[in-house]
Amino acid sequence: MRATTFAKRCAKEILRDPINLGFGLGFPLVLLLLLSAIQSNIPVSLFEIDTLTPGITVFGLSFMTLFSATLVAKDRESALLQRLYTTPLTGFDFIIGYMLPLLPIALGQTVICYLFAIPLGLTLSVNVIYAVIGMIPMAIFNIALGLLCGSILGVKQVGGICGALLTNLSAWLSGVWFDLKLVGGVFENIANALPFVHAVEMEKALFKGDFECAAEHILPIALYSTAITVIAVLCFLRQMKKQ
Amino acid sequence: MQAIKTTGLTKRYKDITAVDNLDLEIREGELFALLGVNGAGKTTTIKILSCLTQPTSGDALVCGYSVTSEADRIKRLIGVSPQETAVACGLSVRENLELICGVHGFSKEKTESRIARIAERLDLLDVLNRRAGKLSGGWQRRVSIAMALISEPKVLFLDEPTLGVDVIARHDLWETIRALKGEVTIILTTHYMEEAEALSDRVGIMKNGKLLAVGTVDELKQGAGASDFEEAFISIVKESAV
Repeated sequence: MRATTFAKRCAKEILRDPINLGFGLGFPLVLLLLLSAIQSNIPVSLFEIDTLTPGITVFGLSFMTLFSATLVAKDRESALLQRLYTTPLTGFDFIIGYMLPLLPIALGQTVICYLFAIPLGLTLSVNVIYAVIGMIPMAIFNIALGLLCGSILGVKQVGGICGALLTNLSAWLSGVWFDLKLVGGVFENIANALPFVHAVEMEKALFKGDFECAAEHILPIALYSTAITVIAVLCFLRQMKKQ
Repeated sequence: MQAIKTTGLTKRYKDITAVDNLDLEIREGELFALLGVNGAGKTTTIKILSCLTQPTSGDALVCGYSVTSEADRIKRLIGVSPQETAVACGLSVRENLELICGVHGFSKEKTESRIARIAERLDLLDVLNRRAGKLSGGWQRRVSIAMALISEPKVLFLDEPTLGVDVIARHDLWETIRALKGEVTIILTTHYMEEAEALSDRVGIMKNGKLLAVGTVDELKQGAGASDFEEAFISIVKESAV
């Protein structure tokens, strides 16, 4: 009850911010449109709509990190969180309240991306449902990463690190824009050690109905999601105690 | 009966002693003002009493519960209006009030009735559906106090409630605070002498974490041999050895 009250408040704050909505929903759609246009003029297999859309949905999740981090950092810098710390809300209520509303927003964003891709030529099948469900672990990773960044960084730092650096890094290291094998070496090894490329490959596999291939990528994503969630919770509780 | 009792309450941050061996008793229903220059320890004292921070040593009882071991019970009994305006800017005034009712576990019916009562009492009816972030500083302060009051607290902490508001808004807020006297124990911190003089039953003057003097405004004036309260305050603070 207490956690859901706080979660409702967080959802309202996020959804009422037009910049959040514009970037979170609009930017992935613009990219889909733009890269599809490039693909129609200069065909590149990487930008074929059935390959591109699952990658863009994963890229779109990086905005959940930005939303989550901005909200937590803003709350920390305002006296609102201080007020709420004097109420019966527990640390668990705060964490649920921050993380829970972003999950349906993330899945909603994924669904919108797939719907938007249909008129661009996306092959529609029941696998889209599996691909949407398959986003949950990576969505948790991104939301938890936001909670972590919001717990240790200020609003301005969050804008730079989560808004610019993380969205770009996660995109480069995901193999959405270019084949990682083309770069190879250390870059490819780093990318493979991180969850972004696995999330994209899992999404692509789920979309194609290749569950065997999808299963190969679930472990690193699950491990990263669990680890980041645990670290984020500990950091949030630590800063809560420091208040 | 005492609403608050502190015993040897001390808070240290590395080399700084923000609150130094504070012994204080505040009666139920009393409006107690904590005065002091910057860094005197007022806000830290409020933070300890409202369970935001733990004391380094000593203890404080709020409504009979210890801040060191029974914070969960205390949090159900207090309302806090922090120094900065603490409202959710993207939410309407009504939604801000609903948020606090929700975190205190109020039913829908109780929430509605509390909002109606508080809105009428604090003259918020006309702004209930407006975004809190769009209101002026004075109105935001009023909303902040309404949020602190809506949970029907036994003890209300007001940390510099009129800081940064214009003179009209300040007098309106004074009226609001004055109307609460006797119903709820209020601990107010302020820099404004006239605010403490106009509102408080008793005043505590702090400096460098220590409580220098406690009493009614008249008692403090008399003790300092001063004709007005500001003069008494300056005299007490300047003449103290701490």
